[in-house]
Amino acid sequence: MTQKKPRELTLKGISGSPGICIGKAYVVDREGVNIIERYPVSKTMLPKEIDRFKHAVAEAKKEHAKVIKALDKDVSETLNILETHMALFKDKMLYGRTIETIQNEQINAEWALRKISRQIRLMFQQVDDPYLQSRVNDIVQVSDKIMSNLLGARDIKIADINKRVIIVAHDLSPADASQIQLERIKGFVTDRGGKDSHTGIVAKSLKIPSVFGLARATDSINNDDILIVDGSAGIVIINPEENTLFRYEERLARFEAYRADIERESHLPAITRDGVPLNLMANIELVEEVVSAKDNGASGIGLFRTEFLYLDLKRFPTEEEMLVKYKELAELMTPQPVTIRTLDINGDKFNPYIDPVEEANPALGLRAVRFCLENTDIFITQVKAILRAAAFGNIKLLIPMISCMEELIQVKQVISRAVLELEQDHKVFNKDIPLGIMIEVPSAVLMADALAGQVDFFSIGTNDLIQYSMAIDRRNRRVAHLYQGLNPAVLKMIKMTFEAAQRNNIDVIMCGEMAGDPINVPVLLGLGIRNLSMNAASIPVIKKMVRDIDMGKAEKTCAALFQLITVEEISRFIQEEFKEILPYRETED
Amino acid sequence: MTVGLNRQIQLSHQTIVRNDLGMHARPAAKIAQMAMSASKNIWLSDGHTHVDASSIIDILTLCAKKGARIHIQAESSRDTAILEQIKAFFDNGFGELTS
Repeated sequence: MTQKKPRELTLKGISGSPGICIGKAYVVDREGVNIIERYPVSKTMLPKEIDRFKHAVAEAKKEHAKVIKALDKDVSETLNILETHMALFKDKMLYGRTIETIQNEQINAEWALRKISRQIRLMFQQVDDPYLQSRVNDIVQVSDKIMSNLLGARDIKIADINKRVIIVAHDLSPADASQIQLERIKGFVTDRGGKDSHTGIVAKSLKIPSVFGLARATDSINNDDILIVDGSAGIVIINPEENTLFRYEERLARFEAYRADIERESHLPAITRDGVPLNLMANIELVEEVVSAKDNGASGIGLFRTEFLYLDLKRFPTEEEMLVKYKELAELMTPQPVTIRTLDINGDKFNPYIDPVEEANPALGLRAVRFCLENTDIFITQVKAILRAAAFGNIKLLIPMISCMEELIQVKQVISRAVLELEQDHKVFNKDIPLGIMIEVPSAVLMADALAGQVDFFSIGTNDLIQYSMAIDRRNRRVAHLYQGLNPAVLKMIKMTFEAAQRNNIDVIMCGEMAGDPINVPVLLGLGIRNLSMNAASIPVIKKMVRDIDMGKAEKTCAALFQLITVEEISRFIQEEFKEILPYRETED
Repeated sequence: MTVGLNRQIQLSHQTIVRNDLGMHARPAAKIAQMAMSASKNIWLSDGHTHVDASSIIDILTLCAKKGARIHIQAESSRDTAILEQIKAFFDNGFGELTS
């Protein structure tokens, strides 16, 4: 193997969250959690290190033999593959060379194994036969098995990353993302995912530049490679040359100056130029994010996602555990409102302990309120915690994913039962809190008039509303480009929902990612929406936009927009009409 | 892929990859197993690249498709039997020929 001099390489992906960062890559392995450490091994300890490797191989082989033994002899094809794996464990190129590498480079077994298996992988990448290329998976699987035996109890987790690095991963599950000490991470780069995936949302709220949907980032990037991540343009540059680095350092400085400029004005009230006041609120999922919400000038919490506690505890939290969190949140924010959304577990928010049943279409499956109505004891526990916390602040109760009136009736029955039980137990609570539903399913839009008569407010969840209206999986890189808030069909849905709410004299909050993108602001205001809730980090930019906009003009533009029928026409029209006040966007050189 | 500068070939046989899939992991594993019992190195070559026949991974990097001409080479004349055995394995299409 000849050592090639690293060449500058640019990968194009989907812009995750804006901003630029420059730093070293930290590649998270295929399985998502293990990160391989490199450390030197002293000469005297080398035989021991090699023994450790041999032992790991022996253990892996033993486990593998068990798998083969347990197999039905009918599945001869699988058996063949597994028996080949058995031979691969001791293959010269993998086994022999790893031992040589430990010996010659005096490094730990994990790193040596990783180095060798990477070399093998590279060797196969040069091969143009797809069948043979896919054989590399056999080798990867075998080396992964050895690796997990090597790591054993010393398994290094994402949670332990404590360097300022750029994370490169195939995909980051929300569970992974929640383990990372995000304040220590400079940027994110992933093979999968789109702008509005959960990870994207988290990255955006933490102002971490990120690029998703790169397809081959983990193959092309090695640990410690210097990376430039341009989250605004959706570009990652590997091993940049000196003048590229220089150019980006300048850009980075410009971007930071712009951000500082915006943030200085974030404490001013959100009033349009012609004097119409608006509510700009924050979407959060951790009580700790209240600080960021307040710093960014939020006038309340428009959406508190409650899944985190469930994911974090890896079991269902008790009423008291939830009460502590909700109460703290209410007290921190009072008198400003906090809208608490009940459990919205779904395919997007992977949860290892709920529901072992595999669903072909988790987004269309037993999620959110459907799950809660099937598991009323889990649901009622949460509702009680919310009602009790409501005694300490301005809390609103929000139910996700309502798709028909029957569900709403059932929800109300559960709430009545919760109230009754709390009364019987002489608990302090507040039952007179506003009840709202998320409008995020097209059927709910069509039934909005009837539903509006039964609740105190609507919250339009654009992320799912777009997904369900357009039949677009927003995490699927191949269709993510069709996921567009400015699609006229989506705008019509929002309009219908808002008008139904107005006829029934109830409030509307817009809490999807759409509310946090400046280009949507003229339309949303023009439609009549006055409550927007978004990632805390987006508030300053939106606030500046709001303070510069003329409501009269927004209304007029919005009316004209409904004559247009393609997304391109609509977005071009907005861009032209509001050129002066739309925020600065970095354009490519 | 090894550039075998120090190879001293004593014996060489020529054969052809005959099965539809070409050289894949299972036959490679079998060849490696045979080659490992040889007294000295056994090599496979397509005329450009020489690979160590006792390593599955190395064999796979040959990327030998159906119809590829392969030389099987031994460094010791004592390994004649093994060489023949490998050649026979090639000749019957790794046991994957249909009809």
